[in-house]
Amino acid sequence: MAYVAIADRDHHLHDPQTFITKYIWSQDHKVIAVQYSITAISVGVLAMVLSSMFRLQLGFPDTFSFVTPENYYQYVTMHGMIMVIYLLTALFLGGFGNYLIPLMCGARDMVFPYMNMLSYWVYLLSVLVLLASFFIPGGPTGAGWTLYPPQAIADGTPGVNGGIMLMLLSLAIFIVAFTMGGLNYVTTVLQARCRGMTLMRMPLSVWGIFVATILGLLAFPALLVAAIMMLLDRIVGTSFFMPEMLSMGDQNAHNGGSPILFQHLFWFFGHPEVYIVALPAFGMVSDVLATHARKNIFGYRMMVWAIVAIGGLSFIVWAHHMYVSGMNPYFGFFFATTTLIIAVPTALKVYNWVLTLWRGDIRLTVPMLFAIGFIFTFTHGGLTGLFLGNVTVDLPLSDTYFVIGHFHMVMGVSPVMVLFAAIYHWYPKITGRMFSDTLGKWHFWCTLLGTYAVYLPMHYLGLLGVPRRYYAYGSDFMPDSAYTLNSSITVAAVFVALSQIFFFINVIWSMRYGEKAGSNPWGATTLEWQTPDTPPKHGNWGAKLPTVYRWAYDYSVPGEKQDFVPQNVPPRAGIVAGRDHGVHH
Amino acid sequence: MNVTFLFTALIGAILLWFALAWKLRTKSWIVKGVISEDGFSAMPAHRVGLWVFLAVVTSLFSLFIIIYNERSTFPDWRPLPDPQLLWFNTALLVLGSIALQLARDAAKRDQLAAIRVNLTAAGVFTIAFLAGQVLAWRQLTDSGYFLSTNPADSFFYLLTGLHGLHLLGGLFVWAKTTMNAWRKPDPEDMSEAAGLRLSVQLCSVYWHYLLLLWLVLFYMLSSS
Repeated sequence: MAYVAIADRDHHLHDPQTFITKYIWSQDHKVIAVQYSITAISVGVLAMVLSSMFRLQLGFPDTFSFVTPENYYQYVTMHGMIMVIYLLTALFLGGFGNYLIPLMCGARDMVFPYMNMLSYWVYLLSVLVLLASFFIPGGPTGAGWTLYPPQAIADGTPGVNGGIMLMLLSLAIFIVAFTMGGLNYVTTVLQARCRGMTLMRMPLSVWGIFVATILGLLAFPALLVAAIMMLLDRIVGTSFFMPEMLSMGDQNAHNGGSPILFQHLFWFFGHPEVYIVALPAFGMVSDVLATHARKNIFGYRMMVWAIVAIGGLSFIVWAHHMYVSGMNPYFGFFFATTTLIIAVPTALKVYNWVLTLWRGDIRLTVPMLFAIGFIFTFTHGGLTGLFLGNVTVDLPLSDTYFVIGHFHMVMGVSPVMVLFAAIYHWYPKITGRMFSDTLGKWHFWCTLLGTYAVYLPMHYLGLLGVPRRYYAYGSDFMPDSAYTLNSSITVAAVFVALSQIFFFINVIWSMRYGEKAGSNPWGATTLEWQTPDTPPKHGNWGAKLPTVYRWAYDYSVPGEKQDFVPQNVPPRAGIVAGRDHGVHH
Repeated sequence: MNVTFLFTALIGAILLWFALAWKLRTKSWIVKGVISEDGFSAMPAHRVGLWVFLAVVTSLFSLFIIIYNERSTFPDWRPLPDPQLLWFNTALLVLGSIALQLARDAAKRDQLAAIRVNLTAAGVFTIAFLAGQVLAWRQLTDSGYFLSTNPADSFFYLLTGLHGLHLLGGLFVWAKTTMNAWRKPDPEDMSEAAGLRLSVQLCSVYWHYLLLLWLVLFYMLSSS
């Protein structure tokens, strides 16, 4: 047979010997995944603290004085950039991508382990460069996370001296790190699947991560191009983006640059970025829902097609972020249309998740709660997206709190719900121990209700016309009747931030004192739960690689004793090969 | 520009559809038992990795090219004279590519001596190309065309510089491959020869790609 899985070949595995090669300079995908995750979550916590601080300023402008206007813009900028790039992208792809791809595909490791290791260390470097901007004179950049020129590199913006340069440099480094990781994820999925693991038998988590990685590989270059060109504008004085203008009363040295060009580049990256975060979330939530509902995912094929379709469409919707930049109406019409079209595969996915739950044997475990919570938050966030996708509705709502409410629901809260679902779901495999169910449920309810208390009122504020990005609101910008509501958002935001303590206590305490989980506590079918050791040892599969005989969702199959059949269990004797048993089709 | 872009996107989508559709039609919930999937799996992983990387590089430079074409229609665009040296440099890069192709053919027939000669020649031509590019930059700065003089100049330096950086990265891999080629071969070890063959093959793919990219850039930079 022509098929020889790469992982089946007898090549020498890089066996770690010492503590350092085992846990620090490790080439093991599982260790790298944990390194990625810890780093990403750490900066994520920082970004969350920043958001609480500027929310205190916004909610109680007269009470707190430790946030100056400059700080306010710096915190907002760093909060946005860290959350989108350094937390979500890194945790979904660097963390879960690394952990799940080889285990779910039945490989011993990534195809290029050394490059994988390098990817993490370069990522860490990018984080350090970013954090360094807090400690330089002038502080980090306050240009807003979109870094629009000219103001990003014009005098008067906080951090214009060093902060913006470190930010752009850090982004460039991050993109290098991501490319190294991404090459690994794509090649591993294509080349290192075990015997029998066809593309259409892959769990949806792998599909989501796979397509998201392709999006990232093709979209991040746009950000790289923009970062390089803006760095040149700032350092050498070229005029790629910088127009001729008066800045602080002085004529600047540039002429002829096009700020709109930057916006196109940024959003050509920025919109696929939404799906770089969303597609892995879609995939992972599908697996969590199917496992804890003890039902096969509804419409597996359709789910795969939807992931691929969303991935393709995500490249032709970018200008819907730019309706207010003065574009040709036909251009706007085109992008409004593609934007609304992308709602079709997305809605399909939502229906399929709900139909997966329908008449399932639902177990309301903590990961399941978060997964169901995701369906709610994602639907709400997605529906407001339909408002903003229409040019005429977007124009008055643009730059109001409505937009903040929308994108935080759809790409802030929703992916984070999935991340928590995924962390709780795979925690027993990663650590070998169970977490505390009670703490987990407290964490879930506080987070879900708290985030709704934060973001639902924002939609209302936005409809009132309250603008975003303002340091303080006099009665000119916010009606008096909305002040209490605005303050309540801050209270809720701080509450949500504090309730994450449940999560950290749970995760850290259970690592040591949790019950032993066993190899497959949820009764899941996918390969990562079938490893000989828990947590899986180096090389994952012991002496022999698994062979896959079925798709990833054989839950509650009629006629089977257990309510799940793992992927590596052969069909029972007496059953005609290639035919399912007892199911008419 | 947008029409062109959309058209390419559409074509790409259709191709992707055809490539995947036959596979994505499988009813995986019905069929049980082992199914083998050939195709990609038969290809060495490094080769797939390289092609994925080339897709990334293509994306990077396509964006630059689109921006360049957009920007060069502005009225303040002052094209710079193309140094004649660039033609000579182009010839050098072509030679480098040819030498690598010869090395690749030699590797197919396991002629170690021919691999060594052609591989080394390819590197020398490439280094000469890079030196020539730096020289061309010097000529331009001497005649007063600096990085920030006009967007046309900025783009020229940026694009040639990025292309050169990609070649430098290639030279790093080339150096490793060449060192392997000059090492005394172990007649027992079959995987060593196969490894060398693969490295030479991948180098040649990368070089041909960068040559093609250079031709596109050269045409674009000199026609605006």
